[in-house]
Amino acid sequence: MKLTKPAVAVVDDFQSLEPQHRLELLLDFANELPNLPVRYADHPDLLERVEECQSPVYLFVEVTDQRVQLFLTAPKEAPTTRAFASILHSALDQQPVDDVLSFDDDFPSMLGLTELVSPLRMRGIRGMLARIKRQVSEKS
Amino acid sequence: MPLGFDDSAKINEYAHPEVLVSTDWLQANLGAENLVIVESDEDVLLYATGHIPGAVKIDWHTDLNDPVLRDYLDGAKFAELLSSRGIRRDSTVVIYGDNKNWWASYALWVFKLFGHADVRLLDGGRETWISEGRDLTTDVTSITPSEYPVIERDDKTLRAYRDDVLAHLGKPLVDVRSPQEYSGERTHMPNYPEEGALRGGHIPGAASIPWSKAANENGTFKSAADLRALYIDAEALDPATDTIAYCRIGERSSHTWFVLKYLLGFKNVRNYDGSWTEWGSLVGVPIVKGEVRGSWPAVA
Repeated sequence: MKLTKPAVAVVDDFQSLEPQHRLELLLDFANELPNLPVRYADHPDLLERVEECQSPVYLFVEVTDQRVQLFLTAPKEAPTTRAFASILHSALDQQPVDDVLSFDDDFPSMLGLTELVSPLRMRGIRGMLARIKRQVSEKS
Repeated sequence: MPLGFDDSAKINEYAHPEVLVSTDWLQANLGAENLVIVESDEDVLLYATGHIPGAVKIDWHTDLNDPVLRDYLDGAKFAELLSSRGIRRDSTVVIYGDNKNWWASYALWVFKLFGHADVRLLDGGRETWISEGRDLTTDVTSITPSEYPVIERDDKTLRAYRDDVLAHLGKPLVDVRSPQEYSGERTHMPNYPEEGALRGGHIPGAASIPWSKAANENGTFKSAADLRALYIDAEALDPATDTIAYCRIGERSSHTWFVLKYLLGFKNVRNYDGSWTEWGSLVGVPIVKGEVRGSWPAVA
């Protein structure tokens, strides 16, 4: 199990901050989650619901030339969930299939956020990651 | 000077109307001297995305719990926290939050462990405030730190420990978890796998009344008449008899504790914050599985 290069950078960014400032970085991630492209925005039925999240989070994976393209959406009213979706997007989007499949499942607990957010949210990001990896393995 | 009470018709029907305010009341009192508005959410980022003008944030997880010991902060830490939020001992504090005021009720309960006199909930919480189109701001609230005295936490009046619960067996208990957790089908909430217990079930004799039954869809509390019908008529709880509420870690049961104590005027209600994560893992204590309340001889 290993991390992608951008994932290592995300972990470093969080770990270099004092705990209280990690939430500010988390909020930046929440604000930076890319919008869905029109082909998914207009077809929510194509997306998979992440049941582990209390708020409505949906995702879809495309594999082109052995690279992963990741589409995630979460409502503005659930900023922590949005932030976690955005973190996974930064870590995994455009990465080679093999790197995503061998990606460390324990990544969420490396961010230094366990003490700051509720267990529900940590469960949510693990659920997203598991579903991403499953979709990638089905499509590659 | 504490602020005046909300004397709207709905709130006046409750046993203690002085602990609840409507969104109209809060809007009219925004900026009042001696008022401090506190937001307390499950989602730790929500406050930063927009909050009621002037509100400060208190986080249940990082501010109210001791980081190491399974307990609440002590008197010195509480004084430090409230000073840093500009709250004085005589401030009127109005707490609101997400998820039907679940965490806001929990924060209020902790304030009451330290005997803060004037602390109230905003009926309907964050959701109702927003749905009514009222203002939110991301402006940083400027806070003048206050002097707050160091008060010893009172763990007897409003809080029950496991030995208190053992001694209480045979008297009314309210289990506010989901029916699946009550029956023992699940040992944790559907989304909280890390907060489980070794056994599933409930404390013998406990009535099953899920906490959210006390709230309307929009998060406001049900009317006094509806609450009486639910707790007193349907489940035979008695305002004159000592009652203990519990859930998984004591947060959802803070909501029910608030309803029983302040909205229905129960004389003596305690919240068992050890709750099922403790009771369901304790060696040798009785539990009951399934939908029946079950019973256990009272401990002399």
